[in-house]
Amino acid sequence: MTARERIAGNVAGYVDDRTGGAKWMKKNLQKVFPDHWSFLLGEICLYSFIILLLSGTFLTFWFDPSMREVVYEGAYEPLQGVKMSAAYASALEISFEVRGGLLMRQIHHWAALIFMIGIVVHLMRVFFTGAFRKPREFNWIIGVGLLTLGIVEGFLGYSLPDDLLSGTGIRIAEAIIQAIPVVGSYLSYFAFGGAFPGLAFIPRIYVVHVLLLPGIFLALITVHLMLVWYQKHTQFPGPGRTEKNVVGYPLMPVYMAKAGGFFFIVFGVTAFLGAVASINPIWLYGPYNPGQVSAGSQPDWYMGWLDGLVRMSPPIETYLFGYTISWNILIPGLILPGIIFTGLALYPFIESWITGDKREHHLLDRPRNAPNRTAIGAMALTFTLVSLINGGNDIIATSFDLTINQMMWFSRIAIIVLPPIAFIVTKRLCLSLQRADRDLVLHGRETGRLVRMPNGEFVEVHEPISPEKAWLLTSHEQLAPLELPEVDGAGVRRPAAIRNKIRNRISRAHAVAVPKATETERRELEGHH
Amino acid sequence: MSNSESREVDLIKDPGLPAHVHRRTDTDPVAAKRAERQVAILFSLSALGTLLLIFSFIFISDETFIFIPVMGETNAHQLGLGLGMAIALFCIGAGAIHWAKTLMPDEEIVVQRHEFRSDDEDRADFVKTVKEGAANAGLGRRPLIKRTLGAALGLSGLTPLLLLRDLGPLPGDDLKKTHWKAGTRLVTDPGDRPIRPEDLEIGAVAQTQPEFPEGKERHLEDIAKDAVLLIRMRPEEFNLDSERLSWTHEGIIAFSKICSHMGCAVALYEQTTKHLLCPCHQSTFDVTRAAKVIFGPAARPLPQLAITVDAEGYLVAQAPFSEPVGPSFWGRLS
Amino acid sequence: MKRLSRLRRHRAAGPVLLIFALFTIGTTFQVASAVNQENATVQSRSTAIAEGKEIFLRGCSSCHGLNAEGQEIAPSLIGVGAASVDFQVGTGRMPMADMSQQAVRKAPVYSPEEVHALATYVASLAPGPAVPGDELLNYERDGSVAEGGQLFRTNCAMCHNFAGQGGALTQGKYAPTVMGVQPKHIYEAMITGPQAMPVFSDKTLTPEEKLSIIKWIKSAESEPQLGGVALGRVGPVTEGLLAWTLGIVLLIGVAVWLAAKAR
Repeated sequence: MTARERIAGNVAGYVDDRTGGAKWMKKNLQKVFPDHWSFLLGEICLYSFIILLLSGTFLTFWFDPSMREVVYEGAYEPLQGVKMSAAYASALEISFEVRGGLLMRQIHHWAALIFMIGIVVHLMRVFFTGAFRKPREFNWIIGVGLLTLGIVEGFLGYSLPDDLLSGTGIRIAEAIIQAIPVVGSYLSYFAFGGAFPGLAFIPRIYVVHVLLLPGIFLALITVHLMLVWYQKHTQFPGPGRTEKNVVGYPLMPVYMAKAGGFFFIVFGVTAFLGAVASINPIWLYGPYNPGQVSAGSQPDWYMGWLDGLVRMSPPIETYLFGYTISWNILIPGLILPGIIFTGLALYPFIESWITGDKREHHLLDRPRNAPNRTAIGAMALTFTLVSLINGGNDIIATSFDLTINQMMWFSRIAIIVLPPIAFIVTKRLCLSLQRADRDLVLHGRETGRLVRMPNGEFVEVHEPISPEKAWLLTSHEQLAPLELPEVDGAGVRRPAAIRNKIRNRISRAHAVAVPKATETERRELEGHH
Repeated sequence: MSNSESREVDLIKDPGLPAHVHRRTDTDPVAAKRAERQVAILFSLSALGTLLLIFSFIFISDETFIFIPVMGETNAHQLGLGLGMAIALFCIGAGAIHWAKTLMPDEEIVVQRHEFRSDDEDRADFVKTVKEGAANAGLGRRPLIKRTLGAALGLSGLTPLLLLRDLGPLPGDDLKKTHWKAGTRLVTDPGDRPIRPEDLEIGAVAQTQPEFPEGKERHLEDIAKDAVLLIRMRPEEFNLDSERLSWTHEGIIAFSKICSHMGCAVALYEQTTKHLLCPCHQSTFDVTRAAKVIFGPAARPLPQLAITVDAEGYLVAQAPFSEPVGPSFWGRLS
Repeated sequence: MKRLSRLRRHRAAGPVLLIFALFTIGTTFQVASAVNQENATVQSRSTAIAEGKEIFLRGCSSCHGLNAEGQEIAPSLIGVGAASVDFQVGTGRMPMADMSQQAVRKAPVYSPEEVHALATYVASLAPGPAVPGDELLNYERDGSVAEGGQLFRTNCAMCHNFAGQGGALTQGKYAPTVMGVQPKHIYEAMITGPQAMPVFSDKTLTPEEKLSIIKWIKSAESEPQLGGVALGRVGPVTEGLLAWTLGIVLLIGVAVWLAAKAR
């Protein structure tokens, strides 16, 4: 035993004497994690969050969250002598007078964009592979909560520097608050401490941005990870992988090195972006003034789709008994997002209601084997993408020689027409892929080699696929649709008949599949060859 | 269900976990040594990255610019710091991952899962414990306690609502008022100079604010409601009813610059089409028809300010705005 | 160059490249149009008018009419002044290449002397804004960059964007970038209101204020990249695009490498 090992043993013993943690640690250091690149998408979010905490803390040392008016006397010449808020002036100070300050600001902002991108791609992975199914519904809901809070947190950060773009964003947020029926103008006056923009807003959202929301994030992320840890990670299907086991690498040392290394990679890539690409050059925007605005005023991308919805909204307001309801703001700004996020959170329950499947699932679905779910996902993505594109319609119009009017009309029509088309196309695509899988199992791989038969006919040689591949392509479950009783034994309609009928019908549509190849079929065909 | 069950029986068999394939580094000591060197090189590169960061921090002034192909003329201080940091971090990560991939054991381990569900006995016990606990507390037997506790908890929930009341004043009719009154002069923004009609050529625009008495400072809250855009065109180009026409002066028409949709500054005036465009959501207003909405999400025209000239020939408001400016709210019309 | 080739492979490289291309074209025009304008005043006024009329009849009258009275396809030029002609022809907008929505800035067709002659001819038809002289255009001396920034943001940024990069107007019209435009032409644009742009009168935006705006534009134009590649200075759209391409692709690339089994 070397001296080092002895010291390590002593330390471990000391801790274990007081906590009894050795058993727990031993078990958990051998915790197994399946390896797949898509399982690292969530890690991108986690690491970006840590980067955000680190860079954000750095920024707070100089940032002055105050709307007190000051005259700028700092290093950036074109703004010297301009009246501005202390918040904006201190953001300029961070950019120009603190060494590495601009880099940190840019890293913070890029990390925020990547954090949100990470959440979305992670969500896509979880959705399309069915990882949200029992027993992971809680984690799905926490994830949706993190996405929603992330959008809010990002928007607040975008608003803090109090430049012209920030202020324009806050102005729009204020209009959304104001549009809430009955209490809107009250809520707005409470939030802003009086008339817009007032002096109270930046200090208030600063506390929310640096304390309240990060605290909630920390708590939710902790629970999210603890659940992943406790429930063990899902795995993709494959030979030797079952619902009852986990195949992967132990935490100590492989996964620790890989995951730890990946943190540095994410930080490195973010720092690279912060080094080479300018983001939010606040000094060019100038201080906020409600009488000014810039062409192409957009929110960051994660809000861009909401802005795109607001842009394409039809101009409808109703006036009832002298009261105004602004549907043109309420629908795209509050009602649609509300429906979308609620639907997202409830999806695991909706799907299990349709399939009637209440069992635990630890093996992931290949997206093609859940055509309906994949199609719903494609539909939602199409919807979001169309609105996101419309959120940048002016920039796109000038870049591609289009008109904003064409872009807007395209979006207004596409947002209704394209998602259903995406649904149908994706579902068919999934079924064709299932068919291709079946053919592959039954007839083997096309080798491209042509052989001339004795009778002069040319045939292509098919090579049987490996047993591993055949297992992968056929190991998925194909659930039969629900057949809930609509009448009882005596032929009388049951009380729940209508509900059951609807459920049966949806379930039938959901369960559509190409029958997978069976062993018998495979043997039969082999006999022929 | 029977259909799928029969299919399960007929499944192609699971061949089981494939045999472990050794990596080159497992079998070839030379390859292992090479991998070790690669990892060491990556870690050394990281150290160089940090050195670049230190060098940039101390020796490169933030007023140094260098030309980088593709990027163009770039701040060398910022670039050196950032690239140094990026290299330092990225290479640590790459080294650790390469190390794990090539030199740490790569045999996959199989661990069994357990169903999360507790067994029936535990569940029954749990339910029993809760029931007993509740019974012992006597909640069911003492409705008086239950009801008063409910009322107390519910009422205490009002406390934060009450305490948050002083976040801001009540709006009152603040949202409906601006500083425009009969006789208020229109002054340039910025500059605060009064404007005569002859100062504006046909096709001209001017950004204006109401004149404030000497010593009164203009705050952002004021600009957020008061900003007005002046536009001059040929009077015959107007397509207004007689009342609105009387609100113009010699072809000069004034609108609130605060968008009736979400409050952005609407000032993209196209002299050729006489359209005003809001850059935030692309609502388009036709100036000749009293800022009628012709495109986009805005539902109402921009409020028009009635203008005329005072005795000294300067442009003034005839009257306050006839409706609240800015985005809609519930009690806008009441 | 490595970065460029990596970028090129991305699906969304198009818009980014387009911005680069636009910038390059803009720079080319700047160089092309920065030809020294010297001794245009040597000619006497009357010869200039005669020469201008000749150029007008050859190059402009088919659209603007033989006496510049305008036709259905082109406006009357009577009273537009020399400044307007100098701007439109001097920036290459006129003669128009095609009957599109909007005349675009391109390499001028006529030499500075010819532009001067044309402007003198059109100015002789009826009085209008004159070409600002070099003495008036001393923005370095008479302008204030901070004030110019405020004026720019109030009067110009809503169309030309916060950094003067231009922006979209209705029905395919657009406000062009103001980067790389001669101070004289910027000044002329403000006093004449070319195409969709409104006029900014000298009383509401004084000559000194106009010079401040020019000074700010020139300062923004010459401002080096303080925080790395400027991404077109058009705001969050290109930033989001870069994060969704370079950023996430790099990270997913590393993730794929990380999870791949070593051989």
